[in-house]
Amino acid sequence: MARAAELDIAALLQKERLWPDEFLALLSPAALPHLEAMATKAHALTVRNFGKTLQLYSPLYLSSFCSNECVYCGFRASHKERRKTLSLAEVESNAQALAATGIRHILLLTGEAPKRTPLSYLIDCVRIIRRHFSSVGIEIHPLQEAEYVALKKAGVDSLTIYQETYNREVYRQVHLKGPKTDYDYRLNTPARAARAGFRSVNIGALYGLADPLFDAYCAGVHAMALQDEFPATEISLSLPRLNPAQVSVPPENRLSDARFVQFMLAYRLFLPRLGLTLSTRESAALRDNLMPLGITRISAGSITRIGGYDGRESASGQFEISDERSVAQMDAAIRARGYEPVYKDWQPL
Amino acid sequence: MKAIGSKSSVLLVGVEVQDDLILGSKAFSSRLLTGTGKFSSPRFIPQILEASGSQMMTVAVRRVNPDKPEEDMLTHIPAGVTILPNTSGARTAQEAVRIARIAREMGCGDFIKIEVITDMKYLLPDGEETLAATAILAKEGFAVLPYIQPDPVLCRKLEEAGAAAVMPLAAPIGSLRGLRCRDMLEMIIEASRVPVIVDAGIGKSSHAAEAMEMGADAVLVNTAISAAQDPVLMSRAFALAVQAGRFGYLAKAGAERPVAVASSPLTGFLGATRAA
Repeated sequence: MARAAELDIAALLQKERLWPDEFLALLSPAALPHLEAMATKAHALTVRNFGKTLQLYSPLYLSSFCSNECVYCGFRASHKERRKTLSLAEVESNAQALAATGIRHILLLTGEAPKRTPLSYLIDCVRIIRRHFSSVGIEIHPLQEAEYVALKKAGVDSLTIYQETYNREVYRQVHLKGPKTDYDYRLNTPARAARAGFRSVNIGALYGLADPLFDAYCAGVHAMALQDEFPATEISLSLPRLNPAQVSVPPENRLSDARFVQFMLAYRLFLPRLGLTLSTRESAALRDNLMPLGITRISAGSITRIGGYDGRESASGQFEISDERSVAQMDAAIRARGYEPVYKDWQPL
Repeated sequence: MKAIGSKSSVLLVGVEVQDDLILGSKAFSSRLLTGTGKFSSPRFIPQILEASGSQMMTVAVRRVNPDKPEEDMLTHIPAGVTILPNTSGARTAQEAVRIARIAREMGCGDFIKIEVITDMKYLLPDGEETLAATAILAKEGFAVLPYIQPDPVLCRKLEEAGAAAVMPLAAPIGSLRGLRCRDMLEMIIEASRVPVIVDAGIGKSSHAAEAMEMGADAVLVNTAISAAQDPVLMSRAFALAVQAGRFGYLAKAGAERPVAVASSPLTGFLGATRAA
């Protein structure tokens, strides 16, 4: 930080390539007064590299059973909630309903309960899903490389996995039991998926658990290391924030809107080709304002209950979403900002 | 001079000569190829085509969405403009080949631009995979246009494998930096027996003029147009620049003199000796 504080932020903004310590300077409070200049450059870089386009996706939660005890999560084992795993018939009806909105990129999610959602179940789900969607991602518990290979064969092309926090001590304090307590196994998961041949890997920290600056820096350097080790894999980052209205977040760990935007811009300047994904955890107003600042993928019409797209009764979700707009409403909002919503950006081979 | 977009002929030393760009079995009067992937709406496409006079437009097969025809780039490309489907997203020769076959089944014709990218950080094309895909697809009757790094040796191999043209990059894609690889491009243009289309890195209309003056047969421009504040006016600028550069090339500028010509020739004494 001492070195970062000495760096001249304005001079950094003239540079084409940034070193990690320079990235840290852009994340630091010292760069906050330069937010507009950072935004201008981030916008120009994003338009050059990705065009005036935003890729749309929607999540489908398959199961809420979970053996982990993550203190911040609605799926935690001790939480007395009715649990549910979608039957294959329900997977089909949800897939049909979601596909009818025009969405072609889907993200499948589960808790960590391999007995409820074994690999064979996941493969069965993917086989159904791929008939309706052109790109299938998963955000599930960490697997072995061979299991990723099997899922890739079934039709999965991308993985999302968040380290939650890169701070080992905090990680230990918020993950009380279950397989997720293994920090290193989780940390090496993106690399296993890349090695298995996934086309894209999306990582990130969950802001609110630990010092946001530390997590933002570690996530950025993690993304850089993955990009360097797996040049053929598309690496992207998300910046999910815990909502203090739903979960208690110590004031020192809260990430303000301004710092949230600053982090996103710093990522774009540090890694100009990096994908940046924005979920419906954020409000409609904020999401609209973020569109020109570096975002490349945005969720739409999200339901975070189990299933839920087919109108049938469904068990409750992992977190409350903040932007409840439908796919059609998101489509209109994106166009209003001068961007093209891209529904299909991969051709299954 | 005939207008852009008309059948292309030029008065050269008083003689009217045909100056079409021949790709595969097709003749094009425009030497400006354009892209589709970065506009805020596919509805821009007809305006871009009109202003640029471009007769060939590249489309990523992975983005083609038959379920949403109103958003589909193919829907917006008017008849008479040749579609150049590309294999964007392919990581291997095999994937590129599959995408090419899908494009043909979609009714996109026999042209295919091969893009095999194995470096997502700088979007660098993979020469080995591209060469392998070119050989397979040329045998299947495709007019293959491979996107490559400016490697003269690779260009020769692609030519032998049956490529209909080569598409070397001028600078990293999206970088808008112009002809950073000038020396390599010159070697490729000098040796190539198939058309050379400079693709990627062109940021300004003057860069396009420069490439054409150098002897490139055509240029492909995407980001420089789509990222401009006024993409339609920028399309027009590129059309004029490409034509200006082509005429400059054909007219053969007087060679630049790297050193001053001495007013009393240094070897003048030889003539004097002979005269004596």
